[in-house]
Formats: sequence, C-alpha cells, structure tokens
Amino acid sequence: MLQLSQDHYYAMVAHARRDHPDEACGVIAGREGAPGRFLPMTNAARSPTFYEFDSGELLALYQDMEERDEEPVVIYHSHTATEAYPSRTDVSYANEPGAHYVLISTRDADTAEVRSFRIIEGKVEEEPVAIG
Amino acid sequence: MAVQVKVPTILRTYTGGAKAVEASGDTLDALLSDVDSRHEGLRGRLISEDGSLHRFVNVYINNEDVRFLGALEAPLKDGDTVTILPAVAGGSAS
Repeated sequence: MLQLSQDHYYAMVAHARRDHPDEACGVIAGREGAPGRFLPMTNAARSPTFYEFDSGELLALYQDMEERDEEPVVIYHSHTATEAYPSRTDVSYANEPGAHYVLISTRDADTAEVRSFRIIEGKVEEEPVAIG
Repeated sequence: MAVQVKVPTILRTYTGGAKAVEASGDTLDALLSDVDSRHEGLRGRLISEDGSLHRFVNVYINNEDVRFLGALEAPLKDGDTVTILPAVAGGSAS
C-alpha cells in the first residue's frame, strides 16, 4: 500500500495537468519508504507517449538523494490518452524495485485517475493508494 | 590508475552489495571489461546486443553523460568517477 499526503497527491495531479498533452514525470524522495520531498522532473522526450528524466537532472537527483540518504520512494508519470496502468515500455524500463510506480491518467479533463504499482523483474502488482 | 565506479541498487547483486568499486582502464570500454573481470555479468547489463551502451542505462564520467564524450570510447584518467544509473523512462507507447 502507498500512503500519500493530500499535498503530494494534488502536486502530482497538478503537474500532470500542467504538462498535458505531454507526459509529466517526477519523484517523491524519502527515507525508509516514507514519501518526503516532491521533485518534479523535466520530461526530456517532451512527448505525449514517452517520458524520460533529463539526463543531467537524473544525475543531480541521485547525487542529492545519496547525500541526504534518501531513495526514490515514488516514481510518477502521466498517461495522457490511456489508462493509468503500466505499459510494456514502462515495465521494460522499471529498474527501481523499491519504488512505488504511480501512474496518473489525464485522459478525462475532469477526473484524474491515480494508481500505484510495484514493478519487480517485469512483474506488475497493483497496490492500494491511501490519501490523507 | 584508479577510477571509482558507482553502481546503482539494481546492479549491486554483481558487487556483493557494494555501492562503488574501483577499476582501471583508459576508456570506458576498457574500464567495464576490468570491472567485469571481478564482477562477472555487470558489463553485460550495460551493453546491448549490437555492442553499444544500452538505451536503458545512463553512464556519466564525473558529471558528464558519456553520450557526449564518445560513449564506450570515452577517455578516462586517474581519479575520475564513473556513475551508472538506470534511465528513468517509459510512457504509454508500446
């Protein structure tokens, strides 16, 4: 299960809405599995069907997390025309077995769909999201 | 000549859990072969079938992405730090 604060939840949805129709992406870094710092990242692909953390930002992010003894607790991105479920591309790139992979669908203009998954060695497992 | 190689969580199974290992080599290619001689299999996780660096990983020398430094031919010198990070990427396209 992923426990998220309202602030983190709304910040991810707002980022996804802001970058729509391109995919948005980012991280919530923290210690011992607890979401802490909200860190929106630049989608270097600037695409409605692909995201990739900017290479320079990725290095700076990991150096910063190492210094603070943090991990990527949440790795989020949006799907802008499809459901909030990991695509084959998402699964093939998923290399943080400790992270909660959060997907946000912005295909509906009024309601955001937010779901969370563990992706370990190519296996996808959905988990409940608790907000508050 | 010693270069520090920082290894991401997902590849630490090859280094006995170590976050960083020391290795030597005049180029990234030679360095990865040297690493592989003690941590067998690690090189194979970074190089694709066509012999180039895998799309799924980012490799940096100090703070520079090796894609801008000559990729596997990128030169190394004593005291450099090589950082390996999985690309964080994906998207709805399959």
